[in-house]
Amino acid sequence: MFSHIRTIWLTFLHLFRKKVTIEYPEEKVKLHPRWRGRIVLTKDPDGGERCVGCYLCAVACPVDCIALQATEDENGRRYPEFFRINFSRCIFCGYCEDACPTYAIQLIPDFEMAEYNRQNLVFEKPDLLIDSQGKYPGYNFYKVAGMDAGVKQKGEGENEEAPVDIHSLMP
Amino acid sequence: MVIHIDNKEYNIKSGKNLLEACLSVGLDLPYFCWHPAMGSVGACRQCAVKVYKDENDTKGRLVMSCMEGVKDGLYLSIEDKTAKEFREQVIEWLMTNHPHDCPVCDEGGACHLQDMTVMTGHDYRRFKYKKRTYTNQYLGPLIHHEMNRCIQCYRCVRYYRDYAGGDDLNVFAAHNHVYFGREKDGVLQSPFSGNLSEVCPTGVFTDKTLKEHYTRKWDLTMSPSVCNHCSVGCNTIAAERYGELRCILNRYNGDVNGYFLCDRGRFGYEFVNSENRIKRVIIRNRAGEASTEEELMQHLQPLVSMSKIIGIGSPRASLESNFALMQLVGKQNFYQGISEDEAHLNRVCIDVLQSGSVHSASLKEIEQADAVLVVGEDIWNTAPMMALAVRQAVVKTAGAEASQHVQIPVWLDSAIKELAQEDKGFLAVLNVSASPLDELATHAWHATPDDLSRAAFAIAAYLQPGKLQADNFSEELTNQAKAIGEALKQAKNPVIITGVSSYNDNVIKAAFDIAASLNTAGRKTGMACVMTECNSMGLALMDAPAFNHAMDSVRPNGHATAVILENDLYRHLTPNLVDNFLNKCDHIIVLDSLHNSTTEKASVLLPAATFAEGDGTLVNNEGRAQRFFQVIPNADTQVKESWQWLWKMQMLRSQKVNGHVLHPDELLQKMETDMPQFKGITSVSPGHDYTIHGERIPREPHRYSGRTAIQANKNVSEPKPFYDGDSPLSFTMEGFKGVPPSWAVPFFWAPGWNSVQSVAKYQDEPNGSLKGGNPGVRLLQDKKKENADLFFKDVPEQFVITKDKWLLLPKFHVLGSGELSGYTKALEVLSPELFAIISPKSAEALNVKEGDMLQLTDAGIAYGSLPVKVLDNMCDGVVFVNAGSRGTVGMNWGTRINLAKVN
Ligand code: SF4
Ligand code: SF4
Ligand code: FES
Repeated sequence: MFSHIRTIWLTFLHLFRKKVTIEYPEEKVKLHPRWRGRIVLTKDPDGGERCVGCYLCAVACPVDCIALQATEDENGRRYPEFFRINFSRCIFCGYCEDACPTYAIQLIPDFEMAEYNRQNLVFEKPDLLIDSQGKYPGYNFYKVAGMDAGVKQKGEGENEEAPVDIHSLMP
Repeated sequence: MVIHIDNKEYNIKSGKNLLEACLSVGLDLPYFCWHPAMGSVGACRQCAVKVYKDENDTKGRLVMSCMEGVKDGLYLSIEDKTAKEFREQVIEWLMTNHPHDCPVCDEGGACHLQDMTVMTGHDYRRFKYKKRTYTNQYLGPLIHHEMNRCIQCYRCVRYYRDYAGGDDLNVFAAHNHVYFGREKDGVLQSPFSGNLSEVCPTGVFTDKTLKEHYTRKWDLTMSPSVCNHCSVGCNTIAAERYGELRCILNRYNGDVNGYFLCDRGRFGYEFVNSENRIKRVIIRNRAGEASTEEELMQHLQPLVSMSKIIGIGSPRASLESNFALMQLVGKQNFYQGISEDEAHLNRVCIDVLQSGSVHSASLKEIEQADAVLVVGEDIWNTAPMMALAVRQAVVKTAGAEASQHVQIPVWLDSAIKELAQEDKGFLAVLNVSASPLDELATHAWHATPDDLSRAAFAIAAYLQPGKLQADNFSEELTNQAKAIGEALKQAKNPVIITGVSSYNDNVIKAAFDIAASLNTAGRKTGMACVMTECNSMGLALMDAPAFNHAMDSVRPNGHATAVILENDLYRHLTPNLVDNFLNKCDHIIVLDSLHNSTTEKASVLLPAATFAEGDGTLVNNEGRAQRFFQVIPNADTQVKESWQWLWKMQMLRSQKVNGHVLHPDELLQKMETDMPQFKGITSVSPGHDYTIHGERIPREPHRYSGRTAIQANKNVSEPKPFYDGDSPLSFTMEGFKGVPPSWAVPFFWAPGWNSVQSVAKYQDEPNGSLKGGNPGVRLLQDKKKENADLFFKDVPEQFVITKDKWLLLPKFHVLGSGELSGYTKALEVLSPELFAIISPKSAEALNVKEGDMLQLTDAGIAYGSLPVKVLDNMCDGVVFVNAGSRGTVGMNWGTRINLAKVN
């Protein structure tokens, strides 16, 4: 009997505490920028696709829910021909983002992905690619990597010397 | 001998260097420039270890382990602090200029440089200056160049120039600017250039065909396979992703191809993905082309129940498929799908190799021969890897001889080269036309096949005086015979190579006479007979009559059904012969993987599996039976191995429906009982139910990715992985994780060794055999038959050149000749056009010049006309026509035909 009254009393006291529940979905949840939610593919500052199809996210994924195929444009720039994430398998661990050498794949603060049909949780590249640099503005992989893929020429990258003249014997 | 590595005792074979010793006992030691097939040069300084005077020495000294031989009781340390620091520093220097573009580098994930960097522990670039860069070159359609990634180990040029004999790849510039490439952009000329992608420890040279549909090694489903593109039967790894064949990699076999493949073998895989594939059942002459399997079975029922049913076998189909066909049609109705001439030549080869008087030489044995004679076979173009083996024989013998007098171990590559200088081992090439092998030859001589065989008989006569009529040889021939014969006599293990492509049995017989004469006590003589297709030997061993006899067996209106197995008859036989036969048959059932002229004639066309979609066994020219395993799952296609289709047809024919699932091992067992010549065939690989501790062998590496997404676009619930009931290999990443038995190695991988260099962990020792013995079973045994002293004595007459009759011979091309490999775009552009090739003198006699058209006719058969190409260094009286490439038709090779200029 006493415990019942105590419970009711405690519940009553809660009326005067600060509310932690919110009127979702009318009111949106505040999430931190590094909150690991829906996965997107971002673009570099020049508007090119950041993903170079290196397969590192796919291999890092513990549930193997990423599949892609790399292909190349006429300049030799790699990009994914298709890029598929099966969100019905994804555990939002963020390993793919950690593995990505180009900041292409990013987990963003969005969890509103519920679907009635599980098949709709399979996202293809058009569903994933966003027109933004996401959390890491300014980075362009092809400017720092040694390759010439139409972004910069050999020797024009940060930290690069002009290409060697192989006919020269000068020290 | 015993050596001490980090205070542990190991038993090591003498004659090795310390690096080899460490690797052979399973220790990890980084290296770059040393290559098991090419020896040491000490260029990279990566393999440093500490060596101590004795057990009390605590100071020791740093040495390059690849440059120091093992000594009994030696003390060395890999783990020593100074040695470790030294190795880490070496990597750090090498990496100062490395472009760090692994994400877009095709080597990534299978990169020796990545592995070694991790192994040494270097992880942070302290060098604060700029990176050196290079511009790349266009090296043709096979190899991609990205020079920034180079670490200057010199492996590429050592392989390309010294090992493979190419001269258009070199090292340029100086000091820290050295550049590995060609003098200017252009296609790499060596037909062995593809190996650069495996030899280069970084991503400078990579497979350009893989780049078209790039997949990392960890994502490939891989199977042990066997090359389909010539009779050598090199071992390969076939690799699949998303239902497509992605690339072919080398699969080490110490007795066959070792560490390398030729470009036809490496790049000729794309026919599997070709648009021209037959993917569905086609029943012709009725509405709607594609059909379901039930419809097909209904349709086939009356056809296969016909009283007369003829089976045409194939030299490029597996033993299982050929045997299943024989089972279906009965032994008396089974014919080889090749010409009478070719079948005869193959028979002669088998007869001599089985005579017991000679030993059928493996590629490894050719490589180790101290004298080689090639008679009447253009091996550079018909058996490329054999040509590479001959090159090693010639180059290495010289080195071995030179090193006998001074104390230099054989692996000390540059010292040996310095010592041997221009010296070469003995090689004589007697051929119809010149080939790049001639450059190495002590004797190179070009003549018609008849004259070649006379030259060879002359050698045999010299070696066994009195056995042959020697008096009708010219003086030139006798002198040459003496020189060659003398050199062969000096050798301890000579090899005689011949083959069927000069369409002359005397060539093979004469070569055999030489080999048999040399095979005396104290001298082990090998003989190799090159054939045309990957299973020519297997088909020939089945001992069935040739296609020409099939003709005779059908009467007009005899109501016969022909079942043609994976064979474009129009490539092997003259068109009128094939037409005649096909017209006589009421129904034509064809099983094949690619559309061709024969499949066009089919009334029922069944989609046959290629080597990538099926299992089977092939017998190479050495008589080695080798198994290939399916790599592309074909659950939702109609594509099946031919033997599966044929088994279904047999069930129809015998009206049995017992639901029995046939496995290839069952077919082989039956084959072994029915045909004693195939004794041992069942031990090529164990049955389909073989497991290791209850586990099957996975085709996928343990880091295979994307399993829950690959098929998610079709259905979000993943299907069960494809189950392969035919072999002990599974289509998953689960299963046995250790080093599998040598016949079942789907890929090379070891902890810390992601690149192909991990092969060392699968071998007894570097360059040695795979653990548990190299795979493959030799069907030809060297048992000496009692008083069966085979020796051929009929020397043919000298060839007489006449102006109206020209000897028609096939001209093969190292990259272009291959029915299937021709469907690789990259190889197609590198293969020659069709020409009628004649010598300058012949051109003069015919009054034609290059570019003119020549009409070729043969007793009523019009072969059409071809543009003339004049070739120096070929004999007169012969006309070559490019053979084996796409679009070529069968001709009466080896006959004499008319040539006339077209005005
Ligand atoms: S290109 Fe490759 S093989 Fe050649 S020196 Fe450079 S790293 Fe070595
Ligand atoms: S084509 Fe012949 S030589 Fe070349 S890899 Fe294949 S089997 Fe070997
Ligand atoms: S491997 Fe020994 S120095 Fe290069």
